[in-house]
Amino acid sequence: MSKIEYTSVEGKSPAYFALLGSLGLMVLIGLLSAYYMEHHGHHVTGMTNQIVWGLPHVFAIFLIVAASGALNVASIASVFSKKIYEPMARLSALLAVALLAGGLVVLLLDLGRPDRLIIAMTYYNFKSIFAWNIILYTGFFAFVGVYLWTMMDHNVYKFKKYAGFSAFIWRLILTTGTGSIFGFLVARSAYDAAIMAPMFVIMSFAFGLAIFLLVLMASYKWTGMELGDAVLRRLRNLLGVFVAAVLYFTVVYHLTNLYATQHHGFERFMLLDGGIYTNVFWIGEVLIGGLIPLAMIYAPGLKDNRTSLGFICLMIILGGMAKVYTILIAGQAYPMELFPGYEVSSSFYDGMVNSYSPSLPEFLLGISGMAMAILIVVFALKVLRFLPASLADAVVDPHAAK
Amino acid sequence: MKKPVTTSMNGSRRNFISKAAAVGTLTVAPGVFLHKAAAAELEVEIVEIDIVEPDLNTSRSTRPLDQDVSNKNRWGMLIDTNKCATGCTDCVDACNQENGLEGKTGPQDTQYIRKVTLKSKSTGHETSLPLMCQHCETAPCADVCPTGASFVRADGIALVDKHICIGCRYCMMACPYKARSFVHEDIKNQKLSAPRGKGTVEACTMCVTRVDNGGLPACVEACTAENHNAMIFGDLKDPDSPISVELRKRGGKQLRSDLALNTGVRYQGLNE
Amino acid sequence: MTRFLRLIYVLFGLMLLSTPAMAETPFPTVHEPSDESLKCIQPEDEMRRNHMKYILHERDETMHEGIRGEAEGLSSCIDCHVEPNEKGEIAGIESKEHFCNACHQYAAVQIDCFQCHADRPQKYIKRNTHSSSLKQQLQQTLAASEVSDKEANQ
Repeated sequence: MSKIEYTSVEGKSPAYFALLGSLGLMVLIGLLSAYYMEHHGHHVTGMTNQIVWGLPHVFAIFLIVAASGALNVASIASVFSKKIYEPMARLSALLAVALLAGGLVVLLLDLGRPDRLIIAMTYYNFKSIFAWNIILYTGFFAFVGVYLWTMMDHNVYKFKKYAGFSAFIWRLILTTGTGSIFGFLVARSAYDAAIMAPMFVIMSFAFGLAIFLLVLMASYKWTGMELGDAVLRRLRNLLGVFVAAVLYFTVVYHLTNLYATQHHGFERFMLLDGGIYTNVFWIGEVLIGGLIPLAMIYAPGLKDNRTSLGFICLMIILGGMAKVYTILIAGQAYPMELFPGYEVSSSFYDGMVNSYSPSLPEFLLGISGMAMAILIVVFALKVLRFLPASLADAVVDPHAAK
Repeated sequence: MKKPVTTSMNGSRRNFISKAAAVGTLTVAPGVFLHKAAAAELEVEIVEIDIVEPDLNTSRSTRPLDQDVSNKNRWGMLIDTNKCATGCTDCVDACNQENGLEGKTGPQDTQYIRKVTLKSKSTGHETSLPLMCQHCETAPCADVCPTGASFVRADGIALVDKHICIGCRYCMMACPYKARSFVHEDIKNQKLSAPRGKGTVEACTMCVTRVDNGGLPACVEACTAENHNAMIFGDLKDPDSPISVELRKRGGKQLRSDLALNTGVRYQGLNE
Repeated sequence: MTRFLRLIYVLFGLMLLSTPAMAETPFPTVHEPSDESLKCIQPEDEMRRNHMKYILHERDETMHEGIRGEAEGLSSCIDCHVEPNEKGEIAGIESKEHFCNACHQYAAVQIDCFQCHADRPQKYIKRNTHSSSLKQQLQQTLAASEVSDKEANQ
């Protein structure tokens, strides 16, 4: 196999600067929103003492989960030695770091006291999965950073395999940790389940790959470089498997709940009469995030159709957001079972379904995390060589091309 | 018919009891004449009975304030829901006053203690009880807190160290009792014993300053002062404390006992 | 590289420009309590340098170990050093007149003590303490007259 040639994007066209500028503007608006929220307090958000975590967390968790998934392509190449994925490993690792950064910024800026970041770094409660996550996130940057270094510097190239392997292990732990943030919440009907951790791992595969595919296709389209069908076919099939796996886990999660009588209330709420949450679940999570993309991925008529693949990825991203939304918001909206066998009422909204109407600053902060992730990628592509000069079929898979 | 003369604004306990006794006479009396006679009696002759209830709140902190709290004590409360009246908010009012809370009840407003009304799904029986931080021994809030700001003091009082709280609200997600609130707005002129501020999480502190000084939590004090006597405070580790004696005698339920958190607040009169 | 050097020059120039402004800011003096019998726990020099150590130590001990009543707490500082001026007004923490903020603004050290703690002694804070007890009394009166009315009807 011939040596892969990498290139950076030129980044001098007005379109490039327009992209950079608009992303930068979104980030700026997000930062201003965060400042607004901090200055006035969370009073200006839709979050309450009942819906404790809101839209910023939906975005943050989605991005963090997607981050570890975006590393998939690199892992498949270096851990499972699949040559065809090898050229894309750099982009995959870059995207992973960028998405994590975006997610963490949102998470951080939503804190009640973001000025106390230094406390979060210096005071650790090791029984807290959240504290572990701080270490996991920092470690992820380090591991993937080293991995990128071994990929890009010939002097340390020989360590690439080890770096890739450690990054792979680390990312699995990281997503397990993120899932466990919910899985370890014993008190709430919606969360207390060990399946949360593996489900988050699978979610990360799907979300991360969808974002990776979009970035890949956009990069090659906008730079005019060649991107062959061989690569896309592989990734598309992989995406199908992941989306199906997410659906499978969703089914198992709800089936388990349906079997246990104590969770019937929550399942009825989620699947039948939860109003907006039921809609988000069926339309967002199941249809847009699962069944429709799955059908499109395997529809023979859409084979090698890149526009459709783009839409598929977008739908998976939207559906993924819907999934995180149902896990996070619906899980909180459903009243906690404090007194089994009683109907409960109080001035603190006990026993009733809590409503949540997100405010604009929350949304802007969340979306700015996405913008920041993409901004990092767009900028990094210009300063370093992340992209193979060509991903034409003949380059990535010479045997198939013959 | 004349009203009993002693009914006044601060209607005393004695008077209330005497009235209750008179009404009792009325209900057991079978005949019309008797009824009338008894009622007539009522006007002129109010029997004054003075029942001295035993003070069940004698178990207090005796620790000198220059010494550390220790795990020799475990402060707790016992709430008798049978004595807790629906609609009575004396404990809530006292708490709000003690901690400088405004007592607003919007979705973003802080409530350390709230009155919860329970209606049994099987019998329709209604119960009222105050609900606050249950001061768990193995508190989920303390487990999940990334910085250790949520912690349980050696003597069993669960607190938030607001100096190192970063406002992530994970503890609020973890608390099975929804006992915590997040401060959504700027606050000024806080009480000396109840510092609280924007961007941090807060909850019932069992009036830790009062307790340390050998006093009672404000809610218990109010409930006792108003003669409801539905709340007892004391040391769960002292077998002779009234709260321990009462628990041994009549038991006390932990809320969400399935979670095995060993709560410091126990309830009587919840049959399930 | 030259661009970088130029930036350094500009920054240096700005620094030079700003020195006269700095020189004009008077060194802040702390407000001495009007009651001259009150004495601080340590000499002024020591307090200027190390007050945060005392406060921090006291903070953690009180918070986690329940040790109370020492004179080294933040509220003790406030109790002596924050007083109303001749007009009877108290300067809040955001004001340069406030005992803590006078120095902290000068030294450009931000503190967040007063997001949770009151910036003035408790005795200067007006509270609506009677409203709830009045309400209670009213409710009691009503309840009592209701009871007696019922009895009257029987």
